[in-house]
Amino acid sequence: METRSIMIVGVGGQGTLLASRILGNTLLNEGYDVKISEVHGMSQRGGSVVTYVRYGSAVSAPIIDKGGADVILAFELLEAKRALPYLKEGGTILVNSQKIDPMPVIMGAAEYPGDIPEELRAHANVRMTDALSLARTAGNSKAVNVVLIGMLAKTTDIAREKWVQTIEQTVPAKFLDVNKKAFALGYEA
Amino acid sequence: MKKILLGNAAVARGAYEAGVNFVSSYPGTPSTEITEECAKFNEIYCEWAPNEKVAAEAAIGASIAGGRAMSCCKHVGLNVMADPVFTASYTGVNGGLVLAVADDPGMHSSQNEQDSRHYAVAAKILMLEPSDSGECKEFTKAAFRLSEEYDTPVFLRLTTRVAHSQSIVELSEPEPQKVRPYEKNAAKNVMVPANAIKRHVIVEDRMRKLSDFAENCPFNKTEDNGAKIGVIASGITYLYAKEALGNNANYLKLGMIHPLPEKLIRDFCKKQEIVYVLEELDPVIENHCKTLGVQVEGKNRFSFLGEYSVNGIRRVILHEETSAPETTANTPVRPPVMCPGCPHRGTFYVLKKLGLTVSGDIGCYTLGAAPPLSSIDTTVCMGASVSAAHGMIKVRGEEAAKKTVSVIGDSTFIHSGITGLINTVYNKGGGTVIILDNSITGMTGHQQNPTTGKTIRGEATKQVDLELLCKAVGIDHVRIADPFDVKTFEAVVKEECARPEPSVIIAQRPCALLKQVKYTGCCEITDKCRNCKVCLKAGCPAIAVKDGRPVIDASQCNGCGLCVNVCPFGAIEKKEDA
Repeated sequence: METRSIMIVGVGGQGTLLASRILGNTLLNEGYDVKISEVHGMSQRGGSVVTYVRYGSAVSAPIIDKGGADVILAFELLEAKRALPYLKEGGTILVNSQKIDPMPVIMGAAEYPGDIPEELRAHANVRMTDALSLARTAGNSKAVNVVLIGMLAKTTDIAREKWVQTIEQTVPAKFLDVNKKAFALGYEA
Repeated sequence: MKKILLGNAAVARGAYEAGVNFVSSYPGTPSTEITEECAKFNEIYCEWAPNEKVAAEAAIGASIAGGRAMSCCKHVGLNVMADPVFTASYTGVNGGLVLAVADDPGMHSSQNEQDSRHYAVAAKILMLEPSDSGECKEFTKAAFRLSEEYDTPVFLRLTTRVAHSQSIVELSEPEPQKVRPYEKNAAKNVMVPANAIKRHVIVEDRMRKLSDFAENCPFNKTEDNGAKIGVIASGITYLYAKEALGNNANYLKLGMIHPLPEKLIRDFCKKQEIVYVLEELDPVIENHCKTLGVQVEGKNRFSFLGEYSVNGIRRVILHEETSAPETTANTPVRPPVMCPGCPHRGTFYVLKKLGLTVSGDIGCYTLGAAPPLSSIDTTVCMGASVSAAHGMIKVRGEEAAKKTVSVIGDSTFIHSGITGLINTVYNKGGGTVIILDNSITGMTGHQQNPTTGKTIRGEATKQVDLELLCKAVGIDHVRIADPFDVKTFEAVVKEECARPEPSVIIAQRPCALLKQVKYTGCCEITDKCRNCKVCLKAGCPAIAVKDGRPVIDASQCNGCGLCVNVCPFGAIEKKEDA
């Protein structure tokens, strides 16, 4: 199988690391060769965060370059725009409609762009969901990451139960109910 | 059993499977998780040392005593570690000694992008470089064996993309290692000139043997795809090359990068029409090829700066462009910021307000250089805040002393700030040192240190008393203040800066991300707000301007309450959760 590339983008603190762990373990359980790459450290502190996930029969580079992503899973609208050049022609963007102002916008030195959904749609198949509201419905606003994993799961060939199994293996027991609800809401969104 | 592991976790797994007895390190991105993962194996003795030099010396001692030992650091940590390492090359080892060093091309979380391979050359130490997690594990195990076989420390070089990428690793059972017998051997282990002169002969002889080994090392592999282009690469760039060029190139993949082979390179290059050396940062392999008189393309076609990329390799070698959508120019940057509730925000708010010259250091608080706090004047390396401020004050005089402060975290102060403070006192300097005591090593992701009273595994231990320590080295004025009590903190900074003699303020408030810190509720701007926008000067990511007025975003605010103390009109109130 040819290598497929999924890029997860968001803002430090949104829980992209857990999302990539669930995705990675699901792909591993399916028997794929998997490589995941993300940068830790300074960039975690409220900055843009990026995770690359690549899978197939034999994966070489763990990094996705511009024009290389089949799917972009965006936790935040502006980060979806920033990641757009990484999308392959005809690729898919799954995006949370949540907006988080970056420091230049907070300080008034820049404006949060108003036309992001239109710009994304000009280049990609776009599915936009208010994952923050769905996470609150599930019982915890921090479950945005698992809502989005639910959205992503729906676009793959991997059976729904397999994803739920990995969530059971990955998430601490006391948060399991909330996360299973969050996954279902994302899957059905 | 197969598992998906971070490169750093795979190094730890390799050390575990090799039966490592002793690991001592100082945290540094992107190397930190190696030691953290080692600490999860109860069989391994692990510790955080105050700095990399102490860590390496402890590992050298453990090795001389007969244990398998490892010390891990980031590239700039190797500078701190360098002194003992150069001489450990002369003494050699008893138990295997592995030094894992993680470079950071592209400077994701570093102050420079130096290339650690120069240390292997300069210190005459064998260096291995893995490409993925599977190799991280295998090379680490091999590093311990080679260390003992050739009586040398071994460097394991990683880069950010290898250290922080995950790939599949086949796990094996550990090989329990007995601590080897220790016998006193002054000729080998006491490096006075008479002994060191003889050891240097052995080092040069070892280099010859290692050069022979490089020709047949199983980690140096050629792949002939019948192509016209040859690529010599190691580490992550090998994987980028495979991705970009596939079967359009033949490869010489070097897993052992010091010393480099001669015959293997000559034989490979002879068969190619053109050879590219792909290596991030400096032309170490390329220069070796040129010394051999072998014609290669390298830094004439690729950059010295930052990271290589798949598209870049494809562009230069195959002249192929990769098409990609373009985004419009109005994409505001999202630089990292101090977290909501960060204790450093209060400190920098006050320092900015007072217009002080701030000698900075390495930690989360380096973000105090970014707008709107924009306080920090200098950042060089771990510990430099204190010593550099001393130099500034000596040159600029007594009035400057009253306007100059150093800021340094608790862990960084123990790492190498304390020596600078001793220098200031001893040489009759001035200025105020502010120790940002947030009860943890923050930026690298919460590691314990000698000021937290806990070991790497969270066991209780003796805690350095920062106040007593500063007094003991001769600081007469040591104050403890809470940076969130903005008014008092400002008064304390003014008083201490006014003194001609040196002083220390310990700014005490724990990191907001620590589990024991429980901020609740959310802050709200009430109708008492006069729209003066002073609250925005704190640079909190939860406070933004909407329709010309500051508003607090409830999804970002953690209720820390700093803005309540900053507002001059009492217009911000904290609301507890219903």
